[in-house]
Order: sequence, then structure tokens, then C-alpha cells
Amino acid sequence: MIETPLLQARGITKRFGPRVACRDVGFDLWPGEVLGVVGESGSGKTTLLQCLAGKLPLDGGEVHYDSKAFGTIDLASLSEARRRLLARTEWGFVSQDSREGLRMNVSAGGNIGERLMAVGERHYGNLRSVADDWLQRVEIDSDRLDDRPTSFSGGMRQRLQIARNLVTHPRLVFMDEPTGGLDVSVQARVLDLLRSLVDELHLSAVLVTHDLGVARLLTHRLMVMQGGSVIESGLTDQVLDDPQHPYTQTLVASILPV
Amino acid sequence: MIESGYNYAYLDEQTKRMIRRAILKAVAVPGYQVPFAGREMPLPYGWGTGGIQVTAAIVGRSDTLKVIDQGADDTTNAVSIRRFFSRVADVQTTTRTAEATIIQTRHRVPETPLAEGQIIVFQVPIPEPLRFLEPRETETRTLHALSEYGVMQVSLYESVAAHGRIAKTYSYPVVVNGRYLMSPSPIPKFDNPKLDRNPALQLYGAGREKRIYAVPPYTPVKSIDFEDHPFEVETWDQCCALCGSRESFLDEMIVDDSGTRQFLCSDTDYCAERRS
Repeated sequence: MIETPLLQARGITKRFGPRVACRDVGFDLWPGEVLGVVGESGSGKTTLLQCLAGKLPLDGGEVHYDSKAFGTIDLASLSEARRRLLARTEWGFVSQDSREGLRMNVSAGGNIGERLMAVGERHYGNLRSVADDWLQRVEIDSDRLDDRPTSFSGGMRQRLQIARNLVTHPRLVFMDEPTGGLDVSVQARVLDLLRSLVDELHLSAVLVTHDLGVARLLTHRLMVMQGGSVIESGLTDQVLDDPQHPYTQTLVASILPV
Repeated sequence: MIESGYNYAYLDEQTKRMIRRAILKAVAVPGYQVPFAGREMPLPYGWGTGGIQVTAAIVGRSDTLKVIDQGADDTTNAVSIRRFFSRVADVQTTTRTAEATIIQTRHRVPETPLAEGQIIVFQVPIPEPLRFLEPRETETRTLHALSEYGVMQVSLYESVAAHGRIAKTYSYPVVVNGRYLMSPSPIPKFDNPKLDRNPALQLYGAGREKRIYAVPPYTPVKSIDFEDHPFEVETWDQCCALCGSRESFLDEMIVDDSGTRQFLCSDTDYCAERRS
């Protein structure tokens, strides 16, 4: 079987006025692959992710996505209706701030069920059992099903966000610092969970992080960004063990040994 | 006799044309909220400024007008609006549903079935059914444009999760002609089935929000629900204390200081006709 890349990005450029947030970024993402994007704050990681997910219009370059429903499509020429349909069926988006990714005034069950209802599920009992199942998969107790995310801890909110995104079995998940702002032990649990879900569901993902530990644990390939450009890319272990670019070398050297 | 100093039906002719254009568009796209340049009316927002502008735009000398408020013909709001139109539009008024050509209503649909040729005008406080779920107007418009109504279903889910049933009793959202999600105005959900394939023309006017929408005659109107929690209307163990009806929407009244309760038809005309 000859596989085609799930996501092909070529020459992505995004400007905010005179500032260039992304310059000529390109890569192929293959099915089942997790691509990490690392770099310091302001290096254009999040902007890149939002461009890929179609949340921001591109100033240059193109993104092709191999959709199950529509075949290979150019995201720039995709209509808003289709983009939103893709976003809630074939894609997931986990944001750093769970307030952005969750409906805070809706119960956990409602949050998980929203995508299912958006694609036409109209059976309350089914919604409920699916939501319950997913809650357990992300290691949240079933008796929290009717609680609102406002009563959840940061780590639980992130896990709920992951469940909410994965419930429609997306093929591609965009993650923006999914463990940012969590304490280290909670981070470890979320990472563990993500790693097993990625394996189990054969997910592809683009993961933005500034934490090299997260990148090491979850990603297969890595892109290092600085000032909007990709300065180094390759297999994660190779980039982290044998960094070529001076900036990457500083980045890797700056991890505190414990 | 028309009050002197005012144009026929209070609004000037250009305004009425503008409103009629909005109504035509609303009828052409059932359930779609058409913006219109709502005018100041001689009554406060929330008292029926939208309904009164729609009525003013469509009323003629040959019409017979009925105005109800919560089903009753004799409440302040209904009496005032009825007198307003008899003064500025020289129009016949009635309390009999069957005799009216235009029925302006707040919060009820009459029990007597409407017929072809009749127009029912609803006063709408908040036309956007998604407003409490999504505060941004730009976003709700997009959701309507793309027919993305999952969030409305989420609110029903929350209701079932909290109460074991869909607890919404009024302003129960409907889908018109399989396309647009629409607020039926704050009528009790008891009246929702009456909107479905009704032979009369339904016009909805929201004065503060400046929106008009419509359901043309015989258009399917479906109340949204879950397969395992289907839409149901209210029922009562009692019958009307005056006319004995078991089919009509009943109001619970406290009739003395010791808390004695009575259930009465909310539709006063229906109740009176059954007793006569």
C-alpha cells in the first residue's frame, strides 16, 4: 500500500503587519506520525499551528490535507462550511488554555457530546454512554460526568479537552502546549495518556511545545523554530542528541539536569 | 374614525414599505431572521413594538383585528394595542378568533384552530434562539448560515442531565422547514405543535432587536428533541374550572387569601365560547 502524507505544508508564510510570524515553513506529516514543533516564546509555533488548522488565513504557501471525506484538498480554497465540518469530524484541536477549548458552563458530558451532536447524534442514552466511556478513558471518575469543568483541576480540564476532541475519532489532532501550565506530576499523567491514545487510535498529530521533555516523549519528528523560520528538523532523537544549529544546541543544553 | 395628524396605521408609507419588504423576504426564507429598520413606537420595548410594527405594515381598513396577551383579550397590553389600531387604522376589532383576519399575540397561539387567510403576528423579545448559548451576533449568524445547531442540542442534553427530562417549557426551539433554527417567541411548548403546517401565515416581529421572521402557511415546524427523550407538551390533571375543557392550556390562579387554587383556560375567547 502506498501511503500519501496526511498533511503537506509548503512555504507557509504569515505576517502580522510588518512582523513575520512564520517564514517559508514546509513539512509532510504521515499517517500515525507525531510532529513536534519546538522553539522559544514568540518563535511562531502557535501561529503555525493556527495556520495549519485553518484558523488563520495564510499570506503565502499552501496546505494540502488528505481528507477521508473529500480526498486531497487545498485548505486555502476550502469553504468555511467544509473547513468547520473537517474541524469537528476529522480534526481535533487541544489548546493550552482549557477555557478556549471547553465550554466552561456546560457539564463534562455535554462537552464530550457536543461534537457528536454536531454531526447528528440525537440519542441521549448513546451520548451519555459514549461520554461516560471517554471520561474513563481519560481517567476521570464517572461521577464527575455532570460536573462543570469549572470544578475540575487544570489537569482534569486538559484531559477533558482531549476526550472532547477525540470522541469523533479524528485522524489529525493539533495540540498547542497541551501540558503547559500543569505541574510536573500532572504533566506526566497527561503525557502518558496522550502517548497511549496516539498509539491506540493511530492518530497523527502536530504538537507545539516549548518543553523538550514533552517533545522527546511524544513526538517522532521535530522541527525547531526561531524567529518564524524552521532552523532544524529531523527525527526527534537525532535532533535532541546531536543538535546541529547553534540555537538548538543552546536549547538542548539549557535543560536543567535533575 | 381615524385620529387626525397621523398617517394611516401610524407609520409613514415608506416605513411600511420597508417593513413589507422585510416580511416578503422573511416569508421567502422561512425561519430566517431578516433585519429591518425598526422604528420608535409609542410604547416601551418589550411591550410589543415588533409585533405592532408588523401589524401596522399589513393592516388595512377591511381587516378585523384581535389582540391577545398570554391568551387573554382583556389584559392591559392587549386592550391598549387593540385601541391603538382602532384609533390610528380605523380597523374593526374582535375577540373572536374565527372572525379575525389578523391576530397579534404575546406568548400564546389561540386554541381555536387558525384558518387559511388569517395572519398571526407574534411579539418577540429575543429572536435569536442561540443567544444565551452564543453571545456573539457574528457567530450566531455563521451558525445559522452553516446550519450548525449542535450547541442547541447541547443545551437540551444539559437539561436532561440535570432534570431527567427536557425541562424547557416556553420559547422551545424549533426547526422550520428542515433548515433554520427558530425561536417561536415565548409561547408555551404546548403551542409548538400548532405552528406545524398551520394554514395561517405566521409573522414574528422583534422591535428591540429589529428582526422579522416568518413561517408561511403549511410549513413544517419541528420541535427539536432526543430520540429517547421525545418532545412532549404540558398536561394537567385538572380541567378548566369555568368551561371544563381538558384540551386547552390552563393557568393556575390563586383566587383568595387562603391560597385556594383554580385552573382556568388561558385563552379567554375559547373559554367564553365554550360556555356560551
